[in-house]
Amino acid sequence: MVDVTNLTLQDASKMLSSKQIKAKELTEAFLDRTKKLNEKLNSFITITEDIALKQAEKVDKLIEGNQKLPPLAGMPIGVKDLFCTKGIKTTAASKVLENYVPAYDSTVVSKIKDSQTVILGKTNHDAWAHGASGENSDFGPTKNPYDLERVPGGSSSGSAAAVASGQCIAALSTDTGGSTRQPASFCNLVGIKPTYGRVSRYGVMAMASSLDTIGHMTKTVWDNAQILNVTAGNDTNDATTSPRPVEDYIKEIEKGVKGKRIGLPREYFDGLDPKIKSVIDKASKELENLGAIISDISLPHTQYGIATYYIIVPSEISSNLARYDGIRYGNGRDSFGAEAKRRIILGTFALSSGYYDAYYLKAMKVRRLIRDDFVNAFKNVDAIIAPVSPTLPFKIGEKVNDPLTMYLADVYTVNVNLAGIPSLTVPAGFIDGLPVGMQVIGPDFSEKLLYQIGSAYEQKTKWYKSKPNI
Amino acid sequence: MKIDISHVAKLANLKLSPAEEKKFGDQLDEVLDYFTKLNEVKTEIVQPIDHITGLENVQRQDVAQPSLSQEEALSATRKTHNGFIQVEAILESGDH
Repeated sequence: MVDVTNLTLQDASKMLSSKQIKAKELTEAFLDRTKKLNEKLNSFITITEDIALKQAEKVDKLIEGNQKLPPLAGMPIGVKDLFCTKGIKTTAASKVLENYVPAYDSTVVSKIKDSQTVILGKTNHDAWAHGASGENSDFGPTKNPYDLERVPGGSSSGSAAAVASGQCIAALSTDTGGSTRQPASFCNLVGIKPTYGRVSRYGVMAMASSLDTIGHMTKTVWDNAQILNVTAGNDTNDATTSPRPVEDYIKEIEKGVKGKRIGLPREYFDGLDPKIKSVIDKASKELENLGAIISDISLPHTQYGIATYYIIVPSEISSNLARYDGIRYGNGRDSFGAEAKRRIILGTFALSSGYYDAYYLKAMKVRRLIRDDFVNAFKNVDAIIAPVSPTLPFKIGEKVNDPLTMYLADVYTVNVNLAGIPSLTVPAGFIDGLPVGMQVIGPDFSEKLLYQIGSAYEQKTKWYKSKPNI
Repeated sequence: MKIDISHVAKLANLKLSPAEEKKFGDQLDEVLDYFTKLNEVKTEIVQPIDHITGLENVQRQDVAQPSLSQEEALSATRKTHNGFIQVEAILESGDH
């Protein structure tokens, strides 16, 4: 008997629809593993065993009745605890909402429920999604399954650790400045940060509204495309979502990269750790061997990304977190953790009378220049490849007392959010036993192309087959 | 540039301990120093970003839709009174 917790979503779906396994057996196997590993990893804040088993039984009835199954039927999924789930505690990993039970589902959760997904529980993360390590959770840090002394990345720390360790088959996450891509990279996973407005954020706790996107973490590119097929689309409850029709991301996913022009932005490689650089160089050679045309490009305002991002983000946070006053629901403002307080202070200052032009307005202008860099680059190339993180997964505690150093960990991811464009990260190898990921970045609404490039590289290298020993 | 932490904390409705004020002050001074990097960029003729992919004036028909019941909407509220959220008094008795 195969260990089903090692399966991809694609293979598990096939086994389910061909009746080689029951949805309940699949769910039970993942639940057992989730419960067994949670003490070690602290990847879940809430495990919803009863709800999961009931849903799995429902899927089995659909199969017995020979009903047509929706794309994610029976797939055991973890949901970042930032997504409102009706009747299931949703904490934002903060003591402010430690007992909050929402009366409604976020749009993405209701879409995956309509697709008959099995929700196994709510995953841990940096409180309010503020962080790049998972250590800012008010419910304790999550551990990296590849090395328990190291962080799994953040803010979607629990989602990454859970998928990498086989606690769930895929997970929902968010990405405001790298919160899907960096943990996916630290845990040998595929992560999508879609175009701003491609997936509805309704019912997901807002961090920085002009940057927030919903992400998905999976073992393979195919699995990821399958989830985006379900979640993407316009939503009248989120006015920032695009009315553009959604493409079928699975169709032609194996089209390959022949003739595709791919750029390497030199600003992302100057001063990069030589070991990480050699991983990305090797990946670009692989893509070249597969028929892509590689060239050097320049994104001249890259170096201003972090400063721009860390002005815009706290400003929007100070506004979004103002609603948590403990009057209508949740605990009072004394319950905010240190990083949330720090960001509220910084943002309140940046938006306060006399400083708006110097900080927020200035940052929104530099943001235009950063977006223009990408728009200009895409006149000459179809996509860009780049590293995800300047470092390997770091030790727990290493950066937690130095906010600026922690902020600089986002150096290769934030510009994509500032530009609003999509980026896919795929596993690209290992250094000293620790995973390294690569970003494939494209113009607005180019997710289909990114999956094609990611898939071609993945099928050649198959890094996703490596698993942590846990 | 230094942040007047106690003033800003008051604006943000946060109560900070003296130790927090000191710690955040030092940490945020370092972050503000880092922000000065943006002064190198000339932006006099640059339009600030509004909506990043260019959406504007999103509207919908003003038609009533099914929504949460009052009971559901209050389900997470600790103190309610006759279907309303109960809050601390703001005005003292005798105020007009």
